[in-house]
Amino acid sequence: MKLNKIILSFISALALLLSTSITSFAKVVGDKIILGSAISLTGKYSSNGVHTQNGYNMAVDRINSMGGVKVGGKTYKFEIIYYDDESNPKRAAQLAERLISQDGVEFMLGPYSSGLTKAIAPVTEKYGVPMVEANGASRSLFTKGYKYLFAVLAPANLYLDVAIDLAVEKNGGKPVTVAMAFEQDAFSQDVRLGVLEAIDRTGSKKVIDDKLPKELNDMAATLAKVKAVKPDVLVVSGHTKGALTAIRQIAEMKVDVPMLAMTHCDAAKLSKQHGKNSQYALCASQWHKTLTYKDDFFKDGMTYDADFKKLFDYAPPYQAAESSAALLVFKDAFERADSFDKVKVRDALAATNMQTFYGNIKFAEGGQNVDKPMVLFQVMCDGDNCENKVVAPTKWASAELIHPIPSWSKR
Amino acid sequence: MDLLIFQVPILMVQASLDGILLGILFALIAYGMALQWGVMNIINIAHGDLVILGGYITYFMYLSGIHPALGVIVAPAIMYFVGVGLYKLVINKVVDRDLFISILATFGISILFMQLMNFAFGADVVLANSEFGTTMLFDNSVTLPNSKIFSAIISIIFAIGLVVYMKKSKLGRAIRATAQNARAAKILGVDTEKVYAATFGINAALCGVAGSLVAITFTIHPYMGLPYTIRSFMIVIIAGLGNLPGVAVSGMGLGVFEEFADYILGTEFRIGSVFLLLVLILVYRRFKLSKKREYLK
Repeated sequence: MKLNKIILSFISALALLLSTSITSFAKVVGDKIILGSAISLTGKYSSNGVHTQNGYNMAVDRINSMGGVKVGGKTYKFEIIYYDDESNPKRAAQLAERLISQDGVEFMLGPYSSGLTKAIAPVTEKYGVPMVEANGASRSLFTKGYKYLFAVLAPANLYLDVAIDLAVEKNGGKPVTVAMAFEQDAFSQDVRLGVLEAIDRTGSKKVIDDKLPKELNDMAATLAKVKAVKPDVLVVSGHTKGALTAIRQIAEMKVDVPMLAMTHCDAAKLSKQHGKNSQYALCASQWHKTLTYKDDFFKDGMTYDADFKKLFDYAPPYQAAESSAALLVFKDAFERADSFDKVKVRDALAATNMQTFYGNIKFAEGGQNVDKPMVLFQVMCDGDNCENKVVAPTKWASAELIHPIPSWSKR
Repeated sequence: MDLLIFQVPILMVQASLDGILLGILFALIAYGMALQWGVMNIINIAHGDLVILGGYITYFMYLSGIHPALGVIVAPAIMYFVGVGLYKLVINKVVDRDLFISILATFGISILFMQLMNFAFGADVVLANSEFGTTMLFDNSVTLPNSKIFSAIISIIFAIGLVVYMKKSKLGRAIRATAQNARAAKILGVDTEKVYAATFGINAALCGVAGSLVAITFTIHPYMGLPYTIRSFMIVIIAGLGNLPGVAVSGMGLGVFEEFADYILGTEFRIGSVFLLLVLILVYRRFKLSKKREYLK
């Protein structure tokens, strides 16, 4: 009797499983355009994975509620199938394969991080499935000759080179000395290449070139060297843990350096976790809410910021904003292609030239967005209340760069 | 290779002091491992994950507005029960078995802990700010964060407390008796099952203290446990089981070694150099042992 029950429940579970996969989605079902995405909902990228998913979902709702996508005189709505890639590149590649060959998805949205995008890109390329991604900035993604990969964000080598130019400008056009500490991963090393190019271009000199390990939680040695050498600029890139560790130990060791440039400040919630200690840090960002780009769906950065907060109860990091922009790009491409043919959509994507609240979008041959400069913001505090203010490029600046950073003894 | 440390000798002072302060913390973490290894003959791969869990307890205290320094009292109290619970659930089934089984079982626990912490607390890197300030020496050229000094002092207090407890208390004597000969202890009326549970609990409590200190001085993250397991393993291997003063000395030695490796070879080889040292010491031990055997022959 008991055995019968077990067998029965097993069979019904199997039937349920089959019935869901039999109704597997094709590219366009009824009035729905089905997009697929493998995304990190668990594992080490889960927080940024969720930012990405929130960005996608918000844009889907917005586009659908504002009339959807018009193709061939008919209106369609977006829908996304998500799978959790567990922050694991192998799993992400498997899931991309499954989305395309089992679920019949013909248009993909990118995962979170350069590493996972690198794992998925060969799969989408093999099947000729256009993928618009918003969270893989590593330069190596754009030098492989991929035809179906489009990234709405600026490549990693453009993150911090502006900071070197800025330091040289503040130094009266004379070369500066640079201390660098970069994590050994694809993204940070690309940022490093960009900085090295800027050092060469300006005739500057690197005085410290440290590599940070994956399990970093102590940079005391690097910072003690910085104290001894006294460079004009200190550049740190090691994801959130690099940003947090650097700020904590710079404050504790009272390291005085005229300019401190970093990545991942807003992902690390620097001003929240460190308050005043993070003051004057210069941070590279793909997007900031005060930029004055506009579009019809989200209006501008400030409105996006407010709407996002209302929906998800936290301020949108740039990872969410660029993810929303990816959907706008897809909508625009579908309407221009006026077709669901993969090749036609791909060609329309390649010809994209538009403005979104997130920035201008125009793809180069390799698929990277070349029409949107990075911005640098500086953490500025008024009492205990710290805010990120854009200081470069000057076109978008909402505050004047504070340079050099006042020494710890005067703070 | 960076030879700056030899050109600017004051950096050597900085490196040595940083290393010693760090090493004292390592030694505290290794104490727990030495204890359970010696008593229960278990190598606990999840050791570092217990440290991180202790760190999260302190972090959440800090978030709710309590000063994180109090974590060194609260975290061990909670972690003791986590340890006892873990013993009753899993460890008691592997305690008399082959060493390999315990490694496998605790490796599984380690993975489970990492994923659970990730699930419960998120994947963000977090820290607890103590606002303790900085001590400056030699006209500002050597800086010691007070949080590191605090962590060293707390580590010493707990280590001394542990040694005294093991010597004087009834349970401490029972633990030592069980470590010497579990069967004999059992025959003489020691409840070894209880002793094992308490030992694992004390180990987890020490991890809790250390975790609090890690959250106050460095950063924590669900996947950061393993380096602490490896360091403890290394320290215990060098010192030998049951040699608590040896653990203290080798802990500090490892701290200083790591700092100098960081300055000279670069931060990226920091953990690598620990592995290298481990291999060298194991090879040296083996060499010494084989010599001894020849002598006996």
